[in-house]
Amino acid sequence: MSEWPILSLITFLPVLGALIILLISHADEERVAQNARFVALWVTLTVFLISLILWIDFDYTTAEFQFVEKHAWLGGFASYHMGVDGISMLFIILTTLLMPACILASWTSIKTRVKEYMIAFLLLETMMIGVFSALDLVLFYLFFEAALIPMFLIIGVWGGANRVYASYKFFLYTLLGSVLMLLAMMAMYWMAGTTDIPTLLQHEFAANVQTWLWLAFFASFAVKMPMWPVHTWLPDAHVEAPTAGSVILAGILLKMGGYGFLRFSLPMFPVASDFFAPLVFALSIIAIIYTSLVALAQTDIKKLIAYSSVAHMGFVTMGIFAINMQGIQGGIFQMISHGFISGALFLCVGVIYDRMHTREIAAYGGLVHRMPLYAAIFMLFTMANVALPGTSGFVGEFLTIVGAFAVNTWVAILATTGVILSAAYALFLYWRVIFGELENDSLKNILDLNRREIITLAPLVVLVIFFGVYPSPILDVTAVSVENLLSNATAAIEAHNATLAAPAVAGLQ
Amino acid sequence: MEAASAMPDLAPALPEIILAVGAMALLMFGVFRKDDDAGPVAIGAIILFVITGAAVLMAPSEAVTTFNGSFIADPFARFVKILILIGAAATLFMGLSSMKLDNLNRFEYPVLLVLATLGMFMMVSANGLIALYIGIELQSLALYVVAAFKRDSLRSSEAGLKYFVLGALSSGMLLYGSSLIYGFSGTVTYAGLGEALAGDVSMGVIVGLVFFMAGMAFKISAVPFHMWTPDVYEGAPTPATAFLAAAPKVAAVAMLVRAVMEAFPGIMAEWQQIIFFMAVASTLLGAFAAIGQNNIKRLMAYSSIGHVGFILIGLAAGTPDGVKGVLIYLAAYVAMTIGTFACILTMRRPEGAVESIDDLAGLSRNQPVVAIILAILMFSLAGIPPFAGFFAKYFVFLAAIEAGLYVLAVIGVLASVVGAYYYLRIIKVMFFDEPAAPFEQPMAGDVRLVLGLAAVFVTLFFVYPSPLLDSAAAAAGSLF
Repeated sequence: MSEWPILSLITFLPVLGALIILLISHADEERVAQNARFVALWVTLTVFLISLILWIDFDYTTAEFQFVEKHAWLGGFASYHMGVDGISMLFIILTTLLMPACILASWTSIKTRVKEYMIAFLLLETMMIGVFSALDLVLFYLFFEAALIPMFLIIGVWGGANRVYASYKFFLYTLLGSVLMLLAMMAMYWMAGTTDIPTLLQHEFAANVQTWLWLAFFASFAVKMPMWPVHTWLPDAHVEAPTAGSVILAGILLKMGGYGFLRFSLPMFPVASDFFAPLVFALSIIAIIYTSLVALAQTDIKKLIAYSSVAHMGFVTMGIFAINMQGIQGGIFQMISHGFISGALFLCVGVIYDRMHTREIAAYGGLVHRMPLYAAIFMLFTMANVALPGTSGFVGEFLTIVGAFAVNTWVAILATTGVILSAAYALFLYWRVIFGELENDSLKNILDLNRREIITLAPLVVLVIFFGVYPSPILDVTAVSVENLLSNATAAIEAHNATLAAPAVAGLQ
Repeated sequence: MEAASAMPDLAPALPEIILAVGAMALLMFGVFRKDDDAGPVAIGAIILFVITGAAVLMAPSEAVTTFNGSFIADPFARFVKILILIGAAATLFMGLSSMKLDNLNRFEYPVLLVLATLGMFMMVSANGLIALYIGIELQSLALYVVAAFKRDSLRSSEAGLKYFVLGALSSGMLLYGSSLIYGFSGTVTYAGLGEALAGDVSMGVIVGLVFFMAGMAFKISAVPFHMWTPDVYEGAPTPATAFLAAAPKVAAVAMLVRAVMEAFPGIMAEWQQIIFFMAVASTLLGAFAAIGQNNIKRLMAYSSIGHVGFILIGLAAGTPDGVKGVLIYLAAYVAMTIGTFACILTMRRPEGAVESIDDLAGLSRNQPVVAIILAILMFSLAGIPPFAGFFAKYFVFLAAIEAGLYVLAVIGVLASVVGAYYYLRIIKVMFFDEPAAPFEQPMAGDVRLVLGLAAVFVTLFFVYPSPLLDSAAAAAGSLF
């Protein structure tokens, strides 16, 4: 099986699907739209099924990259090098899992330019899978940046009233962060003589150089993540994007930042990561507490969930830079679980938005009387967002806090207040939308979930509960790779501290 | 001395000779046809470009000099000449139908373009200050006329006049600088200058170098000598603007690269400062000044100023990798410029050609294919992967980082983010805004062909870039 270029297949199959959709043409626009929807759905489902082979054939015993493909590219300056390890594999599955849900969620809510919409989503899928499987700096950057193009168009063309501002802000913010990373990548090329990621993982950069490179990468990933204070693009982008766009943004694009920290910052610049860990802790704590408070004050459902995403990503960065097993495992788990939960929450918002065409919390209330099934599902995801034990949200937050506790008690205590605040804003939201009297007249005829919506949400319901009760499938995949990352990183940090301590000791004697 | 009276070896200059003879023949052909239609002459000009291209490609690949060392044919010249021919042929070809519709269908136009191309060939192959000047003047005089070709239009005449006056001024500065350099070093050939300026040089040479660089900056439209560019781009007829934007820029940059690398390697620290300043100023001005533009030709003028800035970042590195980056950038720039102007040529309503960015509103619904291609070109100009423009910037910045020019690289990438803003604006107008009145359909076949080729190159460059990268590396290597 390993000779089969499975990563390239799942990466570029969506492009093929986009080309097929491009070729659909017929006088009847409705038929074109319907065909485009079905092609997109089948392609994403096929990609999902093929990507499951990655998990089935995955070798749990090694930290080496698997399913590797390597070809010369760009005249020797870079190579087309693809592969996955325990850290990246799950993100690919997450991507391929959320894509069919996105297509289904857009089935009726997108009515104009359906063909272009589906093409944009399929291209976006290619870029996202590419980011997680690229093992070459140039290739990684290519996918990382190119993902901006379809997302820019999705927000700008199919977004809400203020979509132009949101799409510009999204594009320019992320571009500004990543061009600095590009320069750092070039500097790494001249220092290490290669852009090959597995080789660079073995390369030791000088400590003072690491500082600069870490900062340049941080500029990119912190914006993508997003961390306070560069998170302001996210609420705008989320609010204006169509439902499926929000799902992808929260579910996957944000994870590129966390993945970047795990793939580049921590293993390649361990000394700098250690040095800057207090900074990251501080920013994470501010993100957790401040954005939770901001979320409390929101009157727009999507904006509230967007701020809650920033808070949850704060747990991820805190866990990663705890630089211990629980923290990093928890960070990865939190990212995967947040992919399910935030994706599902945006899908839930999409359900009522499609019916009422407003995101104002005040316009709703008493939905439980008309939509009992919806109320139950929304309840589950709200609880998962609050990190109730038994849902996947709990495992991630618990592990990251345990990891942080081992390093710094205060960080852990402050992060725990964030858990309480998240309960406050999430339950407050649920209460205002679902409970109470059905006062708004236009809500009197609102219908409960239809079959398509149930099919879209059901897998996420199952996964959130399953991984909440039984998290080991995810933790087992990541364990060996994370252990390997940690042992290398801590060895490098200790070696560096030893060289720093040596002159001091000599001076004392 | 007896060598001077002997017949020089003409073989290395064969492409130039073909172009010169061909230009005369086309002129005669046009005059004796007693018909103003440019069509047959233009077809002849394109055939001439193809023959010249074949002659360039068939020349031996090692460097050969002739005319007492003032003319050189080497891989560098070959790479740039092919680029010039592609730019010239494509812009001539796609402009024909538009020239016809604007009542500018006169046979002098293709002949002038051939003469300008000949001048560019001389600029690229010039291996001495006098040969350089001859090339510049031949090219410039032809272009002054081309810019003012729409002689009934006030704006076109203004463009031609402005271009002429400022061009003459810059030529004067160039000549003044050259004479100072000659006076203090005693030679005009690049090889001789390279030797004479190897050790300590007098202040006179430095002053001469400054004047020389100022003249060069005019020709490549680098800040602070860029002022003519927006007016000329806007005023000249669009097909002429397309020509001006593509090939002459390539020739001027190549001539600057050869001059500083071959004649002034000894005073690299001095010219590097000048290039450094011009690069910073051009990228920043190109990025910020374009934001306020509403005429797409003016916007492209500021965009070209910005791109010259990025090219100069590669040159500032002063290494083989830097020159290689410059050459790759030029190739990508030519493709993107041709494609963008092909799109601008399609902006035509029954009442005539339109040039405002707002006229593009909703193009994605009226003409989805053109809109997608123009969007790709804009993303490429902004330097977003996976398009050719990204790799152009990549290799330029790679060279700058290698040479330790970190400040320059950081300013450059930040300017490219600012620049992305105005490229995005065009995409926003096409995709997000409500449709305006549609343009005339169908597009002319010539425009469609050129647009398609440019789009394919820009989009699929990343699939198989090796041939271009390898030949650019070989071309850059021949200067060191």
